[in-house]
Amino acid sequence: MNTAVLRTEFRLFRREPGAVFWVFLFPTLLLVILGSIPSFRDADKSLGGLRPVDAYVPIAVLIALIMSGVQTLPQALTGYRERGILRRMRLTPVQPSALLSAQMAVQGTVALGSALLALVVGRLAFDVRLPKQPGGYLLALLLAAAAALALGSVVSALSRTTKIASAIGSAVFFPMMFCAGVWIPVRSMPHAMSRVVQLTPFGAAARALDQAAAGHWPGWDHLGVLTAWAVLLTVGAARWFRWE
Amino acid sequence: MPSVIEVTDLRKSYGGRAVVDGVSFAVEEGEIFGILGPNGAGKTTTVECVEGLRVPDGGRVRVTGLDPVAEHEKTARVLGAQLQQSELQPKLTVREALELYASFYDSPLDWAPLAERLGLADKLATRFGKLSGGQQQRLFIALALIGNPRVVVLDELTTGLDPRARRDTWELIEDVRDRGVTVLLVTHFMEEAQRLCDRIAVIDKGRVAALDTPAGLIRRSAGATVISFTPSAPLDDQALAALPALASVESKDGRITLSGTDETVNAVITLLARHRITAHQLRVVDATLDDAFLDLTKGEAV
Repeated sequence: MNTAVLRTEFRLFRREPGAVFWVFLFPTLLLVILGSIPSFRDADKSLGGLRPVDAYVPIAVLIALIMSGVQTLPQALTGYRERGILRRMRLTPVQPSALLSAQMAVQGTVALGSALLALVVGRLAFDVRLPKQPGGYLLALLLAAAAALALGSVVSALSRTTKIASAIGSAVFFPMMFCAGVWIPVRSMPHAMSRVVQLTPFGAAARALDQAAAGHWPGWDHLGVLTAWAVLLTVGAARWFRWE
Repeated sequence: MPSVIEVTDLRKSYGGRAVVDGVSFAVEEGEIFGILGPNGAGKTTTVECVEGLRVPDGGRVRVTGLDPVAEHEKTARVLGAQLQQSELQPKLTVREALELYASFYDSPLDWAPLAERLGLADKLATRFGKLSGGQQQRLFIALALIGNPRVVVLDELTTGLDPRARRDTWELIEDVRDRGVTVLLVTHFMEEAQRLCDRIAVIDKGRVAALDTPAGLIRRSAGATVISFTPSAPLDDQALAALPALASVESKDGRITLSGTDETVNAVITLLARHRITAHQLRVVDATLDDAFLDLTKGEAV
């Protein structure tokens, strides 16, 4: 990792208002809007006595990861390849992999920052308890971030142009949002559906975060699913990615 | 002393079609070496093999003794390059680009005078995406030089530059050479090749068609010297056709145009004197590199 490249990529990310909004602000904004609905602040039996706003904090956290993973990261990486920026980088002693890893580090950091923002705003504005099992929560979050970035790299590897990247990104985006529980929290899904959803990276991440928020160590089955996805997608990205 | 760039029997095919088909040349320290050729002749593929961006199918490429593919990173430390087509991040400013690329090298040039020299001093805060084509081109020239390389490869150096910027850039390249940097230049501007290059390889259909100094290339082309005049009395066609080293004869509206060599010039003057014919409006001009190039790549011009 080249620190000058990393600093530059951070600076460039700040110059993209769209990316800043969707990755950093939107998840928390959604939480604030939902939390402002009075019924979202009443305990709900189907959520095991939690209020919907409590259940939506981990979901907001996952939205940040999905936004950076399947929307902004593949756009950035594919654009760098399409515009010949990676090619120009190959002529320097710092290889284009430095640019890719810097871009991933930036996207990952911003998404994790966005997660922190959702947790803090949830705590301050809606009295949502901070995760009772912070170690387990952090582990699940980092694994989910790794899977999200690897997914974004696979999308970029499979897309020749930014247009294709944005099409594939959108096609992947909605199922991922569904699996994260944006429309129905995973724990409230019908049994058969939730079994399937928990095999997807964000379904497993949603359950793992729920468990850690409630004070339990996240189930190894969920962490195992997340790890498997992260490894599989990373291998796929490394195999399919083209520098030109 | 070994050559700075050595290319030996280089071959590269795409989809079964040989784009580079046995190219060999050697570039010596401190010279400006030109690669000239029609579109699609294999010029860019050749220099991309030198830059290590492409893996040759056959043959050998060495840059200061390094294999540009196997020892890519080491090669990148001694070789600066400007690509025919590439971009930077659209929201990166000129100053940030210069500082970033300077940070990649152990002993970079000071970027401020370089930017000044390339007319970018008042554009430092401008983002890459807002620069004109010529300004982007000048920035890429700056980035090729910023690592203080021993060798620079410039592909279509002055394409997109206005005549003024083109001349300034030529001066800059001459200064760079005077500092001992070896320059490999791909161009299709004859004026540029003639002005800058110490030696030129003309590449045609993936092969080296000729390799010489610009003057040498002109000399070796069949019609290196062009003589034209209007004779005061008709001349015998046969006597003209018998002139030594004659490449072509043309007669139009009483004006005769011959191309050949200095030998032809002497012979035609003798011929005119013998017949007591005056040559009105006599003009003797050297053919340009343009003529030599067309002659060397005959029938291949696109």
